[in-house]
Amino acid sequence: MKRHLLSAGDLTRADAELILETAEELRSLADRPIKKLPALRGRTVVNLFFEDSTRTRISFEAAAKRLSADVINFSAKGSSLSKGESLKDTSLTLEAMGADAVVVRHWASGAPHLLANAGWSKSSVVNAGDGTHEHPTQALLDAFTMWRHLGNLDGRRVAIVGDVLHSRVARSNALLLKTLGAEVTLVAPPTLLPVGVEGWDVETSYDLDAVLPKADVVMMLRVQRERMNAAFFPTVREYSRRYGLDGRRMDTLQDHTIVMHPGPMIRGMEISADVADSHRSVIVEQVTNGVAVRMAVLYLLLGGSEPAVGTSEGANL
Amino acid sequence: MDPRDISRALTRIAHEILERNKGASDLVLLGIPTRGVPLAQRIAAKIADVEGNAVPVGSLDVTMYRDDLRMRPARTLLPTEIPHGGIDGKTVVLVDDVLFSGRTIRAALDAMADVGRPQAVRLAVLVDRGHRELPIRADFVGKNLPTSLVESVRVRLSEFDDDDAVTIAGAGGGPAARHEEDAR
Repeated sequence: MKRHLLSAGDLTRADAELILETAEELRSLADRPIKKLPALRGRTVVNLFFEDSTRTRISFEAAAKRLSADVINFSAKGSSLSKGESLKDTSLTLEAMGADAVVVRHWASGAPHLLANAGWSKSSVVNAGDGTHEHPTQALLDAFTMWRHLGNLDGRRVAIVGDVLHSRVARSNALLLKTLGAEVTLVAPPTLLPVGVEGWDVETSYDLDAVLPKADVVMMLRVQRERMNAAFFPTVREYSRRYGLDGRRMDTLQDHTIVMHPGPMIRGMEISADVADSHRSVIVEQVTNGVAVRMAVLYLLLGGSEPAVGTSEGANL
Repeated sequence: MDPRDISRALTRIAHEILERNKGASDLVLLGIPTRGVPLAQRIAAKIADVEGNAVPVGSLDVTMYRDDLRMRPARTLLPTEIPHGGIDGKTVVLVDDVLFSGRTIRAALDAMADVGRPQAVRLAVLVDRGHRELPIRADFVGKNLPTSLVESVRVRLSEFDDDDAVTIAGAGGGPAARHEEDAR
């Protein structure tokens, strides 16, 4: 039985399309006077965040509240977690409180898998980003944003540019976009491409200028300096000149091409301010779409007697 | 019912709506997906034939308001489109294909309360098959069809199916039984 959402790779094409279509219906809720639906009344969603996050946590919280669920926020700072409680004991506590779903963000890759498959609790687990591994709802909202702008993604070219090595967004996007029929090109300096990228079924390039004119979507990634323990490039300035998206590079794009960024962005580093604020930029729209997509995921996992999409129980790590 | 029966029933419903409303002003037709939506559009077309001006038509999905939501896997949402101008202060006519237990209509009334406050709400259905489980009745009925609980009523409309027809099937009739669940 499907119960969790742990990896973008667990979604079949039908699952992914169901989520996107559901999100499309839920997006119109933002235009209504009463932005609330009763689907998850009486269900409890716990936001369990072991790592700092603004937009993802707020987005999940807004999504759950708009579906009338009760939301409990639980962040590592200021809780027993900072006193050294283990993931298992935290999970048992949440289970005892009757959580129906746990939205988990953790600095360790694989923590949501452990939470879902260790048998500590019966609740649904939604991965809200684990280490450098995956961030499936971000990939879904990115795909949703592309889908709204470009229609069917079959054969569309998506360039994902920047710190792919530390990016869970890049991995989830590569998996999901493949499922939806798009062609992904990862653009990064050799030091910032992960080992084993050959097995991802994507193209790679070190040359941003060669990739841009063919792309339908350009997704810029932040350089995650907090995860870096070595020098991956000589200077910020050199990185920015070779892999940053500025006005000159933007002019080489096709007319319909959109520019995306999962946030938080560093203006002047991977993206210049004039690009971030240009008409091609859908960065703010991504945030709006994030709420709709997370509502769709929560509804499809918790709304009925059993989930309609997601990761099968007992899936291997 | 054959296509001509359905057309005649909808024509009569259109006239009854106009008579009751004393014209087409401040009317909004909301179809309940899936088959209520084309029925609402057809009624609106017939009203436009008589009165000359178009009546706003929309759709109202009730999935998330159903009382049996938790009893089955999460269902696909269907489009909700509230016509430009909203429903506040208007006379809303809900349109559905089959009126059975009344639970869909209860859900629709709840869904509508979150969208706005109509001046009045009326209900038009193509078929009323009885067996109400809630105190709900239709204002405009295409045809009263006395049925037994083991039977199922199937409405086919050319927008979705090959033709226009309303049929009654006995117990356990494949696709008809599935649609029956929808109607509940």
